[in-house]
Amino acid sequence: MISAKQQESPILEVKDLHVAIEGHEILKGIDLQVNAGEVHSIMGPNGSGKSTLAQVLAGRDVYEVTRGEIIYKGKNLLDMAPEERACEGVFLAFQYPVGIPGVSTSYFLKTALNAMRKHRGEKELDAVDFLKIAKEKAKLVKMDERLLNRAINDGFSGGEKKRNEVFQLAVLEPALAILDETDSGLDIDALKIAASGVNCMRSSDRAFIVVTHYQRLLNYIVPDFVHVLVDGLIVKSGDKFLALELEEKGYSWIEQEAQRKQLATC
Amino acid sequence: MDRARGPKKATRNLLAIGRYGMTTTTDTTDVYAEQFFKWARILGRDCPAWLHPVRQAALAQFAERGFPTMRDEDWRHTNVAPVASTEFVPAQAHAAKVTPEQIQQFRLRGDDEAVMVFVNGYFAGHLSDVTTLPEGVRGMNLAEALAVDLPVVKEHFARLVKSQDNAFVALNTAFAQDGAVIDIPPDVVVETPIHLLFVATAEEQPVVAHPRNLIVAGDNSSFRVIEHYVALDQGVYFNNAVTELFTGDNLAGDHCKVIRESDQAYHIATLQMRQGRSNRITSQTICLGGALVRNDINPVLDGEGAESSLDGLYMLDGAQHTDNHLCVEHRSPHTSSRECFRGILDGKSRGVFCGRIIVRPGAQKTDAKQSNMNILLSGQAQIDTKPQLEILADDVKCTHGATIGQIDPDAIFYFRSRGIAEDAARNLLVYAFAREGLSSVQDERLRAQLEEVVLSRLPDGELLRGVV
Ligand SMILES: Nc1ncnc2c1ncn2[C@@H]1O[C@H](COP(=O)(O)OP(=O)(O)O)[C@@H](O)[C@H]1O
Ligand SMILES: [Mg+2]
Repeated sequence: MISAKQQESPILEVKDLHVAIEGHEILKGIDLQVNAGEVHSIMGPNGSGKSTLAQVLAGRDVYEVTRGEIIYKGKNLLDMAPEERACEGVFLAFQYPVGIPGVSTSYFLKTALNAMRKHRGEKELDAVDFLKIAKEKAKLVKMDERLLNRAINDGFSGGEKKRNEVFQLAVLEPALAILDETDSGLDIDALKIAASGVNCMRSSDRAFIVVTHYQRLLNYIVPDFVHVLVDGLIVKSGDKFLALELEEKGYSWIEQEAQRKQLATC
Repeated sequence: MDRARGPKKATRNLLAIGRYGMTTTTDTTDVYAEQFFKWARILGRDCPAWLHPVRQAALAQFAERGFPTMRDEDWRHTNVAPVASTEFVPAQAHAAKVTPEQIQQFRLRGDDEAVMVFVNGYFAGHLSDVTTLPEGVRGMNLAEALAVDLPVVKEHFARLVKSQDNAFVALNTAFAQDGAVIDIPPDVVVETPIHLLFVATAEEQPVVAHPRNLIVAGDNSSFRVIEHYVALDQGVYFNNAVTELFTGDNLAGDHCKVIRESDQAYHIATLQMRQGRSNRITSQTICLGGALVRNDINPVLDGEGAESSLDGLYMLDGAQHTDNHLCVEHRSPHTSSRECFRGILDGKSRGVFCGRIIVRPGAQKTDAKQSNMNILLSGQAQIDTKPQLEILADDVKCTHGATIGQIDPDAIFYFRSRGIAEDAARNLLVYAFAREGLSSVQDERLRAQLEEVVLSRLPDGELLRGVV
């Protein structure tokens, strides 16, 4: 599976990652390497730990990393606060974005972008410059500009929330973008638009981890690698055809296969 | 004064009964009674004869009950001993020393504002302007209204509030000298916001004022009143306010109360309102300043289809104590009420929210909603919140909920995941929460003023400008 290209420039290296919540182990030894320019998809049944992995990468502190390490661009990611990770280029599109009454989307995003620019030693943007960028990116993901003036995700439909996440991704231009079930809640047209937004952003110095339950999204965001997460372990990795196989046969065969493997190693 | 003499004796007797068995070490109940008799001449001057028995009855009620103690259910969480034990002297009319420049920051600006300014409780004509009111709408100060014996006052004064229920109301009724009288005839739409600005100045001794407002709005009218308490200096004083709001049928009214008293001030107030048929009143209670603040907000929904919408925000710090007591009485069918009070408590501050909802027999299809949300920013801040439902009709929808907590950790994480530092995220969220609490303030100029006050209270408030 490891190609020569992958060894060149890893953005993310996850090694033997064990994660627990309230003493209950959810991730049981994840190994994953993501290189610049790649799109990795993580698929798996509900409750298998996909969001846990995504949230741990973003720095959510309710999860306890009990073993293993995460190296991001050569640095220990686990040593960094969530805001530091964000400023260093890690972005998570949430499965369930929070609604925040009283703070407009544009203020929120301008504050976020300026925090990152400041971190990089760049000049902060004023409202006018920011708005120019925001409007351009809103067009890219075909998001209604008026959402900019509304409180973040407050009273947004499921689809609007997800599109807002993709919009934020487009504005913040991270090095590593993790999309957690961005497809759920989107109808097929919205999904195509969101995917084209992501595709526009694919580049040789940026990587994506696309978490999804269904194969559908992967018709539009074509992954280089597909990993199947079952019960806290990556039980199978392959290329985009693995996703199609999963679509056709469901997850049960792979779960059974995983069980057989586990029994065999016991 | 002759007329005062007879009841004087009677009151003294009541006073003796009232004080029997009291355990309070220092209490100024009798000081007020003494004051009353000393002041009877002044209080009686330029006042119509009908007022004397009303005042004397109120004083008797006060003397009999004395100040409430924490054994009284309605005052269980609010200790008024600091108020009861301070010998406040009646405020004097020094209105002339305040200049228009000093109050400019509190004005709504723009030329549509009708403003009545009171300095330490007394009307300040040179700072006021009611010429912007439409024809037929009266805006007069109470002292003058009493001097000319305005019929609307005689007809309504102390008809809604009950002295026997609240010692502070009794005290106000006994002593009230000035305040605003607003009389809006039927069918008149008053677009102009009516701004009642109560300005406190520092005096040599702690002073007490008893602002008394009377607002009467006829059928099919509409109006907006702002009752705004501010301080020019820091100092100890006591504002004991009562506002009676009589509203007829089929009207829309808005009452916004803003408390920005000095850090050492006491503010105890009752807003009593009567709502007629198909009548919609919105009310906001914004508490930002004052050492001890107590608001009693009592709408009576006395006509089919009446609606009351009561919002509030209290933002407390240091040793501030703020108690909002709501009592919504549904008397008629198809009436609805909505209460939404928000609190932000820092330091060692203490908040109290008590939401009483009474649904009288026959008030079928009543719809009452109550919510009280609190954010505690410090481990030493405290909030007591409780609903009190008395439902005497059977076909009624009544919901209530209270939250006490820190800022939503999911929201903080969302901000942090976008590169915004934790402290900044927290401030932003507190500000957003407060702004939501201010969003029901209808006058945008006033809302902007209040947002500034909130910002100035937050660390890095400057950075939060432009959140909307
Ligand atoms: N905050 C939490 N508290 C307790 N259990 C949790 C929490 N978050 C996730 N879990 C549990 O961890 C497991 C993995 O959840 P999650 O990562 O959300 O799965 P997925 O995203 O693959 O559906 C589930 O069994 C879930 O119940
Ligand atoms: Mg998930």
